[in-house]
Parts: sequence; structure tokens; C-alpha cells
Amino acid sequence: MPFSDWNGKMSEIKKKIQSFLPGGAWTQLHDTSYLPPEHSDVVIVGGGVMGLSVAYWLKRLEKPRGAIRVLVVERDHTYSQASTVLSVGGIRQQFSVPENIQLSLFSFDFLRNINEYLAVVDDPPLDIQFNPSGYLLLASEKGAAVLESNVRVQRQEGAKVCLMSPEQLRNKFPWINPEGVALASYGMEHEGWFDPWSLLQGLRRKAQSMGVLFCQGEVTRFVSSSSHVETPSGEEVTLKRVHEVHVKIDHSLEYQPVECAIVINAAGAWSGQIAELAGVGKGPPGTLQGTKLPVEPRKRYVYLWNCPQGPGLETPFVIDASGAYFRREGLGNNYLGGCSPTEEEEPDPENLEVDHEFFQDKVWPPLAQRVPAFESLKVRSAWAGYYDYNTFDQNGVVGPHPLVVNMYFATGFSGHGLQQAPAVGRAVAEMVLHGNFQTINLRPFLFNRFHLGEKVQEHNII
Amino acid sequence: MVAPRAPLHLMAPVWNRGTRGIRGLSKAVAPEGSQRKERSLLQFLADHFYDVQALREYLLRKQVLKVHQKNRPFTHIKEHFGPHAAGAYFILKQGGAVRFQGKEWIRPNARGRFSLDFLTFPAVPVEAVDASGSAINYHGLDSLLTLKELQSLWLRHCPHVDDWCLSRLHPLANSLQELSLAGCPRISERGLACLHHLQNLRRLDISDLPAVSNPGLTQILVEEMLPNCEVLGTDWTQGLGLGPEEQSQDTASPVPA
Repeated sequence: MPFSDWNGKMSEIKKKIQSFLPGGAWTQLHDTSYLPPEHSDVVIVGGGVMGLSVAYWLKRLEKPRGAIRVLVVERDHTYSQASTVLSVGGIRQQFSVPENIQLSLFSFDFLRNINEYLAVVDDPPLDIQFNPSGYLLLASEKGAAVLESNVRVQRQEGAKVCLMSPEQLRNKFPWINPEGVALASYGMEHEGWFDPWSLLQGLRRKAQSMGVLFCQGEVTRFVSSSSHVETPSGEEVTLKRVHEVHVKIDHSLEYQPVECAIVINAAGAWSGQIAELAGVGKGPPGTLQGTKLPVEPRKRYVYLWNCPQGPGLETPFVIDASGAYFRREGLGNNYLGGCSPTEEEEPDPENLEVDHEFFQDKVWPPLAQRVPAFESLKVRSAWAGYYDYNTFDQNGVVGPHPLVVNMYFATGFSGHGLQQAPAVGRAVAEMVLHGNFQTINLRPFLFNRFHLGEKVQEHNII
Repeated sequence: MVAPRAPLHLMAPVWNRGTRGIRGLSKAVAPEGSQRKERSLLQFLADHFYDVQALREYLLRKQVLKVHQKNRPFTHIKEHFGPHAAGAYFILKQGGAVRFQGKEWIRPNARGRFSLDFLTFPAVPVEAVDASGSAINYHGLDSLLTLKELQSLWLRHCPHVDDWCLSRLHPLANSLQELSLAGCPRISERGLACLHHLQNLRRLDISDLPAVSNPGLTQILVEEMLPNCEVLGTDWTQGLGLGPEEQSQDTASPVPA
């Protein structure tokens, strides 16, 4: 009988009808839904927490609604090497630079009200699993004065940090051995750790609902035009403007040129390469044209261990004077921790292989000395992730490039990008939409400082 | 945290117990036939028409603003009558009850009115606050944290008290002796970890917290964290595999006097 396969035919007919109704993917020739659009106002290179935050804030601050077309290009849709998801997920205000403190305070506020900012109708509320347990920074004799002045700056900006002597430390946390500690600073509020993957998913979901387009591909080329301008002092400067971004599709030679007005470099550990593609740093060294973006990938290890007699529920995120850190993970006496290597011991960032010797030699001894219970522990797992390390002063680069006029940076945070992402996203969106920073003044973080040599050195980097 | 894992189970605690408003409709607690049809019609409209979506978002925002409005501080009372009176007024406005040192409990009546006698003795500190069931949230705690001699705080079944609110309670560490958080849908073990600042706490009630993943283990850890405190929670055997009839018996947690 002709209609024996009625159900099969019906579903095919339904599919065909759905495909040419508005919203369906119907092209007369072939399906190109995996390609990015041909035109986009803003192209964000990098779909990690920084790029998504910029996308979200661009759509949120735009006037009128729906005015700006935003495209986020992310090379790796599984985020297997992205710094965001491999991060330990801490947020703290205990920095030395006031702008960092303000960024982190706003980001905390954002995380606290995340379901007001990122609410999507009909979707369940986000739970970022925030542990408001605070950070505990320990300083030896050498670092005590710096710690105290930092705490003063932090309190001025509104952080709730208190100083503790070794005696008070022993009373509050009996599992700590305060030998060698001269002073400790304990953040009581607005600090803790959370799940970066949920934040990423939440931002992505909200951005998608606001109309941001996502594309999986790699940026391989920027097509730009130059114009020569003479400065008042008679020098000739070449200003560049990016017109097209070539996005190459995975496992294929096919690429799509996306015409764009603004490019945002939020590529994390690979921002240096993206900047080079755009022509940043092509010039004689020592000039503004020859100043490269000093962001490079640095590998950092994180270890997860189990210690049955370890510190209890009240454990904050402890950063020892030696640079080793740890925090509680879950309720099963598991702890996450690591240590930043010195310049000489920097591991090769070629891949994300873990060096277990590093734990035995550099992480375990200082932690076992600080917390005697850690003398017997068992490492359960370990992973490695990249810092988008700013070799100049370990602080972020935010804002436009002076010569490549429509490229904006949001990168180089050297390990504290996740906790500042919501605030930096807003700052970059303000810069793009209004031309200046309106809420938090991030002028010290502009690109110019690399050429002028003005370091904004952050001392509390872990 | 750990390297990327498969779809995270977003805990969706039941906030709005009523089905008032469009948001209540969208979170059909007991999806019956007609409610489901209404929800999918609304969802269908919102998916296809920007106006409906904007309207729903607007109504959502209005609900949030309502809670914020309820939690505004009363600065003029604070300036004229002091922090204790301001805190008491705030709590009474929310529908809670207040007890001053040496006096009886003051409660608003069924119509929400209460006597303003306490404004006549501004120097008497507030000793006990019962804000159970009120809409107090993170900002509303501003009014409570100035009550430096508060001994007993009850926040039972408060829908907007969450982990962040618990991290704010440390200024009350010197005086607070009794704290009850029973039935708050948004509190999890992560917020309970902040309670270690409250070293003078003698009674803590953490029963019936739906967002706590491991009630038995959490209770043991909290007891270890606060050695001088009597922790009332669920029976520690609840986490173990029990039959359905035994489980329903155990969930009747001891109610503090």
C-alpha cells in the first residue's frame, strides 16, 4: 500500500515544514548553519568567561535593544584547555592594587545576584555552589609590613578583611601551625570559591537568549587597512583598522570572512598570538608600534588530595607565605591546592601534562609544615591549566590598542581573571559603547603602559 | 573546580510556594494537566513573540524589586531612635516578632499593625528576633547586624536567606547564643561553614534544609566545627538507606521549645 510508512513520511514532512518556517535552517543550496554570519558588529575572539562576560554586558548596556550584533568565536567547544574551567575558582579582594579590589567587589556582587543578572525565563535558577569561606593570607616577617599596608588599602575600598596575630590564628584555626607566621589577613566576607563551569554556562545561556551568536572556529587572519597620520611633533604613525576576521572551521580548510567593526581579544592564554595576527608589535622595538602584547601561556598545576584528619568545614582558602595554597573541596576531607613555580622552574606550556614530582618537592613540604595533619595525605588526581600571564606586571590589559584602533583587549589577568570577569566585561562594554570607563576606572590597565613602562605591579599573585 | 564535567544538575530549590504570578505558573510545582497546558502556551508565546517575552521578564523583575523594597533600611528611625529601635521596626514591618531586654514579645497583629511603644525606650537592646517566614534578604540583614546584644535569632522558613546571608552574621559573634535556620530553602552546607565565627552559639537548628546535600554528614561536620554548641538537625541515620516508611518517621525533626 502506498501509505504503509505513514509515520515516517509524516515526520519527514513535518521536518521540511519546520525548516522553512521562520527560525528554521532552510537554504536552497546546502546547510551553512555551522558557519558564522558574514557581517557582525562586534567579534569576540575567545568564548571563555571573559569573552562571554563582554558579550553579555554589550547586549545589556546597548541602546536601543537589539542594536548590536555580537559574535563569539571559540575554537574549542569542549573547553578542554580553557583557563576558566580548569581554574580553582576562588574570588578574593585581598589585592594590593585598588582597581583590582573594586573589580573583585563588583564581581562578588554579580555572583551573589547572579539569578537577577542572568535569569532566563523558564530556565531553572543558577547555582554556582559558592562557598563564602574567605581567604587567609599568611605572611612571614619579611612580608608582614606589605601585608599590613595592603590590608589598609583593601579596607579603604570596602573589603572586610581583618588582621590576625599568630596567637589568634592558633585559637581560630587549631589545625594551623603558626610557626614562621608573623601576620595573617583573613577576609571575612565577599570572599570564597565557586564553580566556574556554572558561571560559564549561565553566561552562555543568557547571552544566547539575548541574541549573541556563537561560532566554533579559529581566527586565522585579520584583514585590516592602514592610514598614515602625522602627530603634532612630526612623527609618522600608522593607524590600523580591522575590517574582516577570517574564521576557519575545524577539520577543514573552509573559512568565513566576517566583516566587523570591532574586535575584542579575549583569547586568554593565546591572546598574544591573536594580537600578533592583528599586527600588534610589528615594528622596531622600543616604539609603540613595536610593543607586543606581553601575554603568554604559563602552565600551573592543581592537585586534589584526601586527608582524613585534615581541617574541617571552616577551612578558608589558605595562601601560605611560601606561595603554596590549598582549599577545602566538598565534605569528604578532600583538598585542592598547588603552588606557583619560580621563574626558573616554569614548566613548558606546550601541553597540559601534570608533573607529579612538583607536588612532592614544592607543594607538599610547605603545606605539611603549615598544617601538620597534611603529613599523611593521598593525592587523588591532578590537572594543569594555563594562566594568561602578563609578563610585564601580572595585571590585566583592558581597553583599546592605541594603533590598531578597533581592537580591544580583555586579557592578561595572570590567574585572577575568573574572579574579575563580570566587572571587566562591564568595563570593556562601557569602553566600546561610550568610549570611556564609567563605573570602575581602569585607565591604569590600558595597553599604553607597556610602551610607557608604567607598571601596575600586583604583589598578591598566587 | 575539577575539569569540565557533564551537565551540571542545577539545583532548583522551590522558592515560590504559591502559584501567584507568571513566574509561579512557569515553575509548576505539581504539574497537573491544565497547569501544564497553560505553561506551555505561555512558553510557546514567549518563544515566538518578543513582546510576551519582554512582558514576562518585566514581571520577573518586578517581583525581585518587590523583595528589595521590603528590605529597605529605615535610616530616619535609626538616626532619631538608635539602632535597636530601627532594627525592631524593620523586623516588625516584615511581619516578624521582637523581644527587648526585660520585656515581652512584640508581634504585629493580623492586619500588620504593631504598637510603637518601643520608640520610647531607645536605649534598651533587642535580645531576641523572630523573623521566620519573612522576606528578609542579604540587604535586609543590614538592619539586624547593628543589634549588638542580640542573643537569639530565628530565621525559619525564610525564602530569601541564603549562604551569602550567613557569611554576614559574624558581627553578632559576641552575643548570639541561639540561631535557627530550619526550613530555609536556599541554605546549603557551604553557608553553614561560615557559622564558625559564632563562637558563643549554644543552640543551632539546621533541620529541614532541602538544599543541603548530605544532612547527616553536614550535621557531624558542623558539630565538630562548633564544639560548644548543641546542633539540632536531622537524625544522622537519615542519609543511610532506609525504607520509605522508616524515612517518613525520621524526618519529624525535634522542634526546639
